[in-house]
Amino acid sequence: MNNLIPDFTQTPRIDQVGVEERAARFTKRSLKNDTKINGLKLALNMIDLTTLEGKDTDGKVKQLCYKARHLHDAYPGLPTVAAVCVYPSMVKVAKQALGDSGIKVASVSTAFPSGQAPKDVKIRDTKFALQNGADEIDMVISRGKFHQGEYNFVFDEIAAIKEVCGDATLKVILETGELGTYDKVRRASDIAMYAGADFIKTSTGKISPAATMPVTLVMLEAIRDFYYKTGKRISMKPAGGISKAKLALHYLVMLNEVLGEAWMNNQYFRFGASSLANDILMQLMKQRTGVYQSADYFSND
Amino acid sequence: MAKNNTLKLKFDSSRKLAPAPESKSVANIAERYELFINGKFEKPSSKKYFKTINPATEEHLSLLAEANQADVNKAVKAARTAYEKGWKKTAPKERAKYIYRIARIIQERARELAVIETLDGGKPIRESRDFDVPTAANHFFYYAGWADKLEYAFPNRNPQPLGVAGQIIPWNFPLLMAAWKIAPALATGNTVVLKPAETTSLTALKLAEIIQEADLPPGVVNIITGAGATGAAMVNHPDINKIAFTGSTDVGKIIQRAIAGTPKKATLELGGKAANIIFDDAPLDQAVEGIINGIFFNQGHVCCAGSRLFVQESVYKVVLQKLKDRMESLIVGDPIDKNTDIGAINSKQQLAVINKYIKIGQQEGANMFQSSCALPGKGFYCMPTIFTNVAQSNRIAQEEIFGPVLAIQTFRTDDEVIEKANNTAFGLSAGVWTDKGSKIFNMTSKLKAGVIWANTYNKFDPTSPFGGYKESGFGREGGLHGLGAYLKV
Repeated sequence: MNNLIPDFTQTPRIDQVGVEERAARFTKRSLKNDTKINGLKLALNMIDLTTLEGKDTDGKVKQLCYKARHLHDAYPGLPTVAAVCVYPSMVKVAKQALGDSGIKVASVSTAFPSGQAPKDVKIRDTKFALQNGADEIDMVISRGKFHQGEYNFVFDEIAAIKEVCGDATLKVILETGELGTYDKVRRASDIAMYAGADFIKTSTGKISPAATMPVTLVMLEAIRDFYYKTGKRISMKPAGGISKAKLALHYLVMLNEVLGEAWMNNQYFRFGASSLANDILMQLMKQRTGVYQSADYFSND
Repeated sequence: MAKNNTLKLKFDSSRKLAPAPESKSVANIAERYELFINGKFEKPSSKKYFKTINPATEEHLSLLAEANQADVNKAVKAARTAYEKGWKKTAPKERAKYIYRIARIIQERARELAVIETLDGGKPIRESRDFDVPTAANHFFYYAGWADKLEYAFPNRNPQPLGVAGQIIPWNFPLLMAAWKIAPALATGNTVVLKPAETTSLTALKLAEIIQEADLPPGVVNIITGAGATGAAMVNHPDINKIAFTGSTDVGKIIQRAIAGTPKKATLELGGKAANIIFDDAPLDQAVEGIINGIFFNQGHVCCAGSRLFVQESVYKVVLQKLKDRMESLIVGDPIDKNTDIGAINSKQQLAVINKYIKIGQQEGANMFQSSCALPGKGFYCMPTIFTNVAQSNRIAQEEIFGPVLAIQTFRTDDEVIEKANNTAFGLSAGVWTDKGSKIFNMTSKLKAGVIWANTYNKFDPTSPFGGYKESGFGREGGLHGLGAYLKV
């Protein structure tokens, strides 16, 4: 019964005004003292520290990996980030640099960011990343096919990559900035989850808008409905555009109130971000010392 | 795999938010308040004062003067003199300047007004800050704009003011209701005697200070405090030309009887038992949010609250599950905390009324669900409550509870739900949730309610008229229609 694949043309409808209003409501929560510090540390621990540039080199990735292990040594007892996210060509370097730290290596794949490549190229891309030691694969869906209504094509592609992944975690990037409506975000979320995604992820970070709170809310609600239907917990990763600690806290409030306690850890929620970590560190130091420090006191890797 | 009905999301209380109280230091509350008559604060001739408390903590806030017949006479006389001697002759654009000034001072003192509204009435600071006070200012801004354009609002009708308006307002939106009433009255050239509810008079008295600060001519607005007897004295006063009342249907009927056979005009905005209707093609997550806003906004102390929920049977289970999950994330507690979603019930009496209905609902055999959060030890609080398995013949589906209590019924067809929704003595508001535009138009034209929201609920705007049918009263407030209620046209 639970394995029945629904008709994706009939996915639940989303009301734009309503979902944006609801998302805005989370930003009204006021987090103080311990709640704030715990939230900031949790957010730090949920970061997929990311570098996805054409100009990435071994050196750059090694530096980023060091940062991932030592976020801010001036503040003892900080958690590490959850993962480092790189292109497939950088997986080997990252894997070595992270060693036994427990920090995962995530690799984008399937002709990231456009996904405009034949299926066998996407599979080889993914296999390469896995062979080099990637723990997690961040694939993109074929948005063109999705807009054409070829939902089976999109579904099959995700299922094929999932098969290649085996035990590795599969994150499916919907690139919501290219989907256009919340209805389509919901539909793409459902397709990805039923096709075997472990995570659903908003964006590549290469398209604007990237992650927004309403888009993330639509996806969290899809995860909740999927959980009630199948009993399976899908994870969520908003990515791109989340660079401030306060916004990260708003996301955590939303997560907590939509999916509850079980999702409040980095197995079930990640932030894809490059500059968020330093803003969180700045806020943590402010909570500790009572004053803001210059950005120059926080390393940029 | 786990079965549907055994799965449950955990909203762990261990992740309770640290207290985030709004500072009370901005709330400048005097030990005692007099009556605002003829531009001055005057001692009541009754020499009597009554207490006003914070319903969230039961702490004493201030003493308020009790206006008796003599005080009402004095206030009406002041309003009459101000009307005849000046206000009705004041150039419309001059009237507009005063109203703009009041609007701007409300904005400047928004924080103070919000905190006092919350302390005195028990509503969450999030609502008084983000809804009550800004909307009150907006009403003054909106009607200020109309003051010198009345001939355009009513072309070729030579609109003229009525005279002295007696206005009696309820305790659920104290400042906002004062704004709803005073702003159009002033814009149309009437003078005002206003009586706020006895449990929530403080922001109206703050508004009196603002009116003083705005330099409005003495007597144009008079604000007197007191309970039912004071209101009765106003209603029966021969020199009042118009009664504008918002409150219970019972009192509305008394007023109707009292003014029958007199030339007094009236607008009555009374109770409601609104139907909030969810079709199976609705955007369900947003609809659930609409249910929450519909019944738990302002602790359910809303005359247009969506207190009867109708869910199409094919989505009933899903909606109920989503609703229960959402209720678990509501924070009930001290209204001055910025994270509070549901604050304190306005008074001990009202809490008793709500609890009485909760008991009735259980006795009638409906199934009750309440969220599992803890309530503060002191003060008047009520758990957000829903009843399922409710029938049209249940009292909890027929009578206005005016609290956070929802009666849920199911339906199968459009015709069935129209019949059920209209099968009530009230007719103030309704909500329709569907993805289909044509269905919205079909429903809105057949539902007997003054205000109908489609795919949203409890939305208010100064430009939009508000008012009811049947036992929910008559007359409209807000928008162009709201002007008409204060004019001879």
